[in-house]
Parts: sequence; structure tokens; C-alpha cells
Amino acid sequence: MDYVLNLILIIIVAIFVNNVVLAQFLGICPFLGVSKKVDTASGMGMAVTAVLVVATIVTYLIQVYVLNAFGLEYLQTIAFILVIAALVQMIEIILKKTMPALYQALGVFLPLITTNCCILGVAILVIQKEYDLLEGVIYALATGIGFLLAMVLFAGLREQLDLIDVPKSFRGVPIALVTAGLLAMAFMGFSGVDGGLKILFGLQ
Amino acid sequence: MNNLKVLVNGIIKENPTFVLLLGMCPTLGTTSSAINGMSMGLATMCVLILSNFIIASIKKLIPDAVRIPSYIVVIASLVTVLQMLIKAYAPDIDKSLGLFIPLIVVNCIILGRAESFAAKNGPVASVFDGIGIGLGFTLGLTCLGAVRELLGTGAIFGVTLWGENYGMLMFVLAPGAFLALGYLIVLFNRITKKA
Repeated sequence: MDYVLNLILIIIVAIFVNNVVLAQFLGICPFLGVSKKVDTASGMGMAVTAVLVVATIVTYLIQVYVLNAFGLEYLQTIAFILVIAALVQMIEIILKKTMPALYQALGVFLPLITTNCCILGVAILVIQKEYDLLEGVIYALATGIGFLLAMVLFAGLREQLDLIDVPKSFRGVPIALVTAGLLAMAFMGFSGVDGGLKILFGLQ
Repeated sequence: MNNLKVLVNGIIKENPTFVLLLGMCPTLGTTSSAINGMSMGLATMCVLILSNFIIASIKKLIPDAVRIPSYIVVIASLVTVLQMLIKAYAPDIDKSLGLFIPLIVVNCIILGRAESFAAKNGPVASVFDGIGIGLGFTLGLTCLGAVRELLGTGAIFGVTLWGENYGMLMFVLAPGAFLALGYLIVLFNRITKKA
């Protein structure tokens, strides 16, 4: 029972309290780059979520069965980034063959995901936090959902921003950053929720 | 003279933080204080100079088709070495930068410079480009860190400027990073482009 409650806690914390973009600053490039329209933002969010989950499973297995087993922990960074790059390529090829419609929809975003630091970041965090495989997968999935949520909310705000007369020096990125700041402030309202939930669930 | 131009270009005209807007994750994530921002900038600069030098030197040996993966291996190896050095000699910096040290690998500035500068120019010019862009990045991060630290805690580099009681925690936390960077870019545009 405690294990299940712990998983629920991981999900809530990863989506709201420690939101990957707005609190941990991972994946800022796509967050600022492809958030002009809600459709593209949600496409990017879903692609990142899928890659996050697959990449976490693969890197976890590599860490446990290859790096730890042979005492090669210092190769973590190199091994992970190469695996992630190869994985993204592979997912692209498989999608192209099996699901052309989905490939068409996500096509542009897939290659960009390799350089999205939240993939490598989450893979390393899962190892650092000493999660087991199931916890790691749940954490990756929740982080992806948190990313999707932030992307869609931010894209909605930016669509509205297009209709407003912004001062000349603020146009483009500066006003987007200020908007993101306000969104981050809203998410700060969730801080401390994790501690309360821990007490509520009776986990230490 | 030409090398000097490359150097200045990286600091002002192609400043990675304020103009190119590359490497935003460490820019926002590690600038809770001036000293953190500066150490992140210097760490990135070390990797950038060395990776530019190595890639410019070996570019003729690398087949075009596997260019990007080879660059990534070079960069990842350099980052691993740097990570071990920081862990051994500066554990405090390791603690405050944490996850963002291994994430230097996916910093778009480094791969971007490898692809757009080091792959086309000689090793010496590439080193100067690395120093220029690296200094521009360090400067940007230190500025942002200093502003956030000053507004958030009333201190710069740990030296308190006004009363101990002063504190606007928001600027040290996540929202302040976005807000401070937004306003700094406006200021930078104002000064350089007289917009």
C-alpha cells in the first residue's frame, strides 16, 4: 500500500510541485521555441513524453546491467547521451514505417528532442534518486505530463499575447520570458504540497 | 587582429545569453547567485574552448555522415573529465550546480559552435571563438546571477550591500529567473540596438 501511495506522490510532485520546466528549468529551449501555437505545443509535449518514458527504461537497464555490473559508472554521461540520440533516431524510423500519420504529425519535433535536456536530465535524476524501474517509469511519465501541461498553458497565453500591443523592446522573447515568470509564480503556489501529502499518506 | 574580432563578436554581437538565446536551461537554472552563474559559465567555457580546438583539429578525419555523433562523443568525454575534476577539487560547486554539470553535454551552444564555427575554421581561430563565446556566456550568467542575488537577498558575490533584513525571495526562486532574464534582454537590446 505504501508503495502505491509513494507512486501517487511521485506523480503529483513531478507534475505540479517540481514542474520540469517551471521549477527545474529543464527543456527550456522547446518551451520557448515551439510554444507559439497550442497544436504544435501539445504535439511537442506528447513526443517528449513518449521519448522520456522509453529513454528512461533503456538508460535504467543500461545503468544497472552494464555500467554498474562492470564498474563503469564514470561513463554514464557518454553512454546516456549516445543511447538517447540513437533511440530518437530509431523511434523516428519505426514511426515512419508503422504509423505514418503520427510520424507526419510529430515529424518536425522528433529530431529536436535529442538536444532537449529534460530527457538526459530525467535519465540521470532517476539514477541519482535511486528509484526502481517502475518508480522511474512513473516519474518519467509524470515529468512528461508536467512538460505537456506547461507547454499547453504557455502556448495558450502566447496566442493571447499576439493580440496585444506590446512595447517595442519587449516584443518576441522578452515578453515571453516575463509571461513564463508569471506562470512559474502561479506554479509556486504548489510548493509545500509534497510535505503535506507525505503526512496525509503517512509516509515518514 | 582577425582573432580579436572573433573574440569581440562572441561577447557582444553574438552574445549567447542575450542575443542568440542559446543554452537557456543552465542560464535560468544555475543563476540563483552571481558566484553560481559565474562557475557555470566558466565550466561551459572550458568545455567549449577544448571541444572547439579538438573538433577543428580532427575535422578532416571524421566522415561527414557521422559528424554529429562524433562531436557529441568528444563533448561528452570532455564533460565527464570536467565533472570528475569539479567533484574532486571543488565539491561546493558540484553541490550547487548539481545536475547541470552533466547537462553541459546537451547545451546547444557547444554543439552549435562546433557545427557552425569549428567545422569550418582552423584550430587557433576556433580557440578564440571558444574564448569569445565562452566569455559572453559567462558574462551573461554572472550578470543575471548578480541581478537575482542583489534583488533577492541584497548581496553580490556574498557581500551584503544593504540591511540584513532585506529579502525578496521570489528573485532567487524560479519565477525571478524568467522575469530577470526578460528585463535584462530588454536592457541589452535598448543599449546595443537603441531600439
